[in-house]
Amino acid sequence: MSIDLSQFFEVFFEESLEGLDAMEAELLNLEPGNEDMETINTIFRAAHSIKGGSGTFGFTSVSDFTHVLETLLDQIRDGQRALTAEHVNLLLKSVDCLRGMLAALQAEQEPDLTEADEIRKRFEVILGLSEDIDSTNSDTPETQSENTYQIDFKPHPHLFKTGNEPLYMISELAELGELETQAFYDAIPDIDSLHAEECFLAWRFFLTTSKPESAISEIFEWVEDDADIDIVLCGGLFESDLSNDEDSTPSVPVSTESESRLETSEPESKAVTSNVTNAPVVKKAEAKKPSDSSATSIRVGIDKVDSLINMVGELVITQAMLSQIGEQEITESTITALQEGLAQLAHNTRDLQENVMRIRMLPISFVFSRFPRLVRDTSQKLGKQVELKLLGEQTELDKTVMEKISDPMVHLVRNSLDHGLETPEQRIAAGKDPVGTVTLNAFHQGGNIVIEIMDDGQGLNTEKIRSKAIANGLIQETDELSPDEINELIFMPGFSTADEVSDISGRGVGMDVVRRNIQALNGSVEVASAPGVGSTFTIRLPLTLAILDGQLVKVAQHTYIIPLISIVESLQIDISKVSRVGKDLDVLRLRDEYIPILRLYDIFNHDGAIEELDKTLLVVVESDNHKVGLLVDDLLAQQQVVIKSLEANYQKVDGISGATILGDGRVSLIIDISGLIKLSGLKRPGSQDLIVEQNAVGGAA
Amino acid sequence: MSEQAEQNQQLILEGQHDENQYLTFMMAGEEYGMNILAVQEIRGWEDVTAIPNSPSFVKGAINLRGTIVPIIDLRLRFGIADNEYGPLTVVIVVAVEINGQNKVMGIVVDAVSDVYSISEEQAKDVPDFQDSDNAEFVHGLVNVGEKMVVLLNLESVLNLE
Repeated sequence: MSIDLSQFFEVFFEESLEGLDAMEAELLNLEPGNEDMETINTIFRAAHSIKGGSGTFGFTSVSDFTHVLETLLDQIRDGQRALTAEHVNLLLKSVDCLRGMLAALQAEQEPDLTEADEIRKRFEVILGLSEDIDSTNSDTPETQSENTYQIDFKPHPHLFKTGNEPLYMISELAELGELETQAFYDAIPDIDSLHAEECFLAWRFFLTTSKPESAISEIFEWVEDDADIDIVLCGGLFESDLSNDEDSTPSVPVSTESESRLETSEPESKAVTSNVTNAPVVKKAEAKKPSDSSATSIRVGIDKVDSLINMVGELVITQAMLSQIGEQEITESTITALQEGLAQLAHNTRDLQENVMRIRMLPISFVFSRFPRLVRDTSQKLGKQVELKLLGEQTELDKTVMEKISDPMVHLVRNSLDHGLETPEQRIAAGKDPVGTVTLNAFHQGGNIVIEIMDDGQGLNTEKIRSKAIANGLIQETDELSPDEINELIFMPGFSTADEVSDISGRGVGMDVVRRNIQALNGSVEVASAPGVGSTFTIRLPLTLAILDGQLVKVAQHTYIIPLISIVESLQIDISKVSRVGKDLDVLRLRDEYIPILRLYDIFNHDGAIEELDKTLLVVVESDNHKVGLLVDDLLAQQQVVIKSLEANYQKVDGISGATILGDGRVSLIIDISGLIKLSGLKRPGSQDLIVEQNAVGGAA
Repeated sequence: MSEQAEQNQQLILEGQHDENQYLTFMMAGEEYGMNILAVQEIRGWEDVTAIPNSPSFVKGAINLRGTIVPIIDLRLRFGIADNEYGPLTVVIVVAVEINGQNKVMGIVVDAVSDVYSISEEQAKDVPDFQDSDNAEFVHGLVNVGEKMVVLLNLESVLNLE
């Protein structure tokens, strides 16, 4: 048996998709008339590898398609042909088309070749090849029109004896265009009277082709005398429903059995069916679930792996040292050695952990790289001139986070292009450069990664948003809202200000989904906007979803974990600076700010906690620009905790982002600060002013 | 864990024509049964970590070899007066599929009793408890010797929504 190549399919798909990404990126860099040879070479190499790989794995549709593409690139590379903008557009289109084909193959479906064929024809026209390929046909591509022929083919029983094989004819037919085959096997006698050298089968084909009828009759030229052949033009429409023209061919016994039943009838017909399936015939792929590609592999630099191996080596040494100490008698000196060993172990573990995490980190350029194309296509469609700037492409973030952030980002960028940026005329009228700028910027800030999407367009139209929100019933006519609060409204469900629904944005299912997706990653998204100057969307995300630095706190007899990243400071409360606002909200004046005090035991409904403010500790935390103080009984240790899902076996708990297991094996819950603020009801009408005031302080700082 | 649950599910499906084995346990003097294939393990009672603002019958969560598993007190779930936890108090860890998700949960019961083979036909129809909140929890009633055993519908007992 031959080697099972399918085990390498995944690698091939991955490499090919990477190759396509590279091709796309390089194509966007190409400037016709001033092209860089190295760029052309890179594109050529990528196309060549895809062709080679697909050929090896038997994906002929892909390799045939890439072949034409490669030919063109080769000519450009050799200077035989000058690169034009049309070439670039066509090449970009073929990248998309190849992606589609690969995706279909990956899902084990037959790729849809209509688009590929069309692109291929255009390539062939450019290359001047179309004449050679259509040797039987002098039609120029412009005048080519497709016709569907119904061909009834009923060989006489002695066909095989004349040395003819229907299978070859069928494959030849399939090469002419789209072929649908139907076989009739009613004439097959039962096994006793079956004669192996006689042909009992008959076929009906529906061929959609641009070739003339003569090309079809040519195929059957040799068997004209040994079979009944009837070629009828069905017109341009492809009719596969047999019942429509049942009467036209009374010579053939009609059967409406499907192909699949055929396979059981006779080896002969089996060969036919399988062969036809392999031929480049468009088959509607069955509604098959697309394979989940989220569980793909990741590529890791060898240096990262090497450093891991080093660390594991050190870990093994430490372990050996510790077990040696364990075998000795316990004395003062062994205890000191033990402590040293444990310290080393802690050090090793942390290093190892950091490095393992680093394996999952990839530069954000993986996400950014799709935007040049997006911006190019979208701006062309909108008739706007846009320059895209990418900053901080090497900023690393977790692969899972990266996969999930890409769609929200696409949405935000499209929004900026569609709603944010003005048309060149409007920009000139406003005294701006006709070319608008969209900037994507990524950087690390604390344990977060910050991604900014900036445009220098018209900014958010607060008046329009306000009236729209009133029309949609999101706010009341009488509500007094600050510009920032109005801008926040765009994240509300069912909100869209686009006057017309375009295919780019404006279906009103946008921003709330963006926000929800980002919040699902424990992140946040904010918008800042100035009329006429532009708007900036800021996405904040945690670097990783797996581990966080936590502060253990005691509330009554319970231990909770506050993410260290959100803690501003911890302090003892100076009771003289506490004042009561409203019914039950205490506020601490801390330097220039008012910090609302949230009693954790109250929010979590725990009995037995210390209630006197001066006997407890206050942990000041910040989330979404709100500062609040959390009242706890005591501060315990700080440690790194592995985040475990509480939802996996239970359900979402408000104010809790997850759980972890402490050193003693007990479960401890991790506090979700923004959820906690919501849970505490701090945003209810009575205390709204407080938050607004805080916002102002936070914004000024 | 989920593989295990899937396997269990498979076995449950296969066993449907035939007899099913039920693990029974005591609660407030009554004997209840659950399909034994859903049972993962039986543990003694241990201290749990409280989950804030959860229903009273959710006692909290424990660490089961690295997985966070919620613990549910069946007495409180059924609205029976709660009991002091003693040396016989056990936690039955079960894997069930709720809304298409495999969940592992612990159930606190007074004591584990026995294992019976019961065919599906034997499980008598649920009497009409229209007024009772607990009707949805009961899969059927069955007589074993002189005793009556209440077979539980674990999916609805553990569906907290």
